[in-house]
Amino acid sequence: MISASALPRLLHRASGQPLSLAEHDHEFGLVSPQIDLLNELRESGLTGRGGAGFPTATKVELLRDQRGHGKFVVVNAMEGEPASHKDLALLSANPHLVIDGAEMLARMIGANHIAICVSRDNPLVINHVNRALHERSRRSQRGPEIELHTPPWRYVAGEESALIHWLGDKESLPQYRPQRPTILRIGRSAALVDNAETCANVGLIGRYGAEWYRTLGTPASPGSTLVSVTGAVAKAHVIEVALGTPVRSILEVAGADTDPSAILLGGYGGTWLSGENIRLPFATEYLKEVGASVGAGIIMVLPKRACGILETYRITKWMANESARQCGPCAFGLPAMADDLQQLVSGGQGRKHSLDRLIRRAGEIDGRGACKHPDGVVRMVRTALQVFEKDLHNHINGSPCVASRESKFYATVPRFEREEDLVWE
Amino acid sequence: MGVIRRGDNFVLKVNPILCDGFGHCHELAPELVQMDEWGYPIIQREPTPLANARALQSARYAVRGCPRQALSIERIAGES
Repeated sequence: MISASALPRLLHRASGQPLSLAEHDHEFGLVSPQIDLLNELRESGLTGRGGAGFPTATKVELLRDQRGHGKFVVVNAMEGEPASHKDLALLSANPHLVIDGAEMLARMIGANHIAICVSRDNPLVINHVNRALHERSRRSQRGPEIELHTPPWRYVAGEESALIHWLGDKESLPQYRPQRPTILRIGRSAALVDNAETCANVGLIGRYGAEWYRTLGTPASPGSTLVSVTGAVAKAHVIEVALGTPVRSILEVAGADTDPSAILLGGYGGTWLSGENIRLPFATEYLKEVGASVGAGIIMVLPKRACGILETYRITKWMANESARQCGPCAFGLPAMADDLQQLVSGGQGRKHSLDRLIRRAGEIDGRGACKHPDGVVRMVRTALQVFEKDLHNHINGSPCVASRESKFYATVPRFEREEDLVWE
Repeated sequence: MGVIRRGDNFVLKVNPILCDGFGHCHELAPELVQMDEWGYPIIQREPTPLANARALQSARYAVRGCPRQALSIERIAGES
């Protein structure tokens, strides 16, 4: 048993190598089968760590009440977000903890299949997971059948309906879901999709109980979370913090710039916050006041010398290219927004009009896609226009900042792929 | 379409994946559907009362007239 108040929990004993099954059992102890799992999960107040922050117990109850025997538990370790590395860090440290959690979830909803999804661009992690599955199959053949799946790496491929679509039909495209809440189905079997970090947390709660779990974190958001810090930082970091830790101390631990001009919370479809907001505790109930949330635990730090409008343009351009091009507002709207931003950055003729047009387009695109991809980009652009108002003003008045003329970038944007090179299946 | 009770509302919904921007819905139900600059429908999000027979009729025309069958009418029960 690992101690309740000590961090790290999820990255316990993280070294270069993942823990083997024997080491894992030694460190974490065996799973006690008599514990009332669902009740403990509800008491623990665990929320999903994939970005939406939905209460896991509610989701489990919804899936438990579905009919059928061939249910699925899908472990989402796709990590579509270029600024996030937490699922990979987790699976490279404690893969068995994630699988334990998935098995507990399967027991709660009565599933007999577990699908672990890692994008195929991560051969190292695929190796770690394969090795873990091999170790387990040698120990016991009982329990649900566990498979590793390797969908292509796309931004929207980690979206839950796209993942289900891939598992069913081998196409990583989001689906239209008019009803809420939606039960996602692979063929006819209902599927519970949970982030790898959520599964690892379930693995801890199932072992040690809700009371142990709640010793860290705030009353409204208990437990610890993995945070990926990128941007103005010496080395991209994944650290585990208790929820409610001030953002400033997270940045200090990660060795990042502690006097940033802005931070981007929640990834490339997230929220820009101005630099003084790093005093806030990293928990959704505090971040809600400034319109942000913990999301998938991504903090991108933008230093004072960077140009926020330029970074926003680069991110928007890449995000527009990552659209699945299924819905018109996203396929045409996002590139149009990227063009408007480019006009603002380069300070071409008619930049005042591009700003008006950008704001109008943002309002038109919002909420009109099948998935939340366009909504995320719109949120990111809108908050950027507020946070970088000064930069924006300079750009419009024809005196763009120095950073936008130099080519020094902080946001990690992957290589821009041509449309015909994008792999969806 | 069943009984119309007072206080019931409807919204017109589009499946954005199916929609290819033919624009028939804007022609058939101009009071509910606007058009964006690429020809895709912007549908009024506020529920319309079912008692508004003209709006309901044009919504039905739009649903039937959509070449991609991407539209549907969703009922929202009012407080009763």
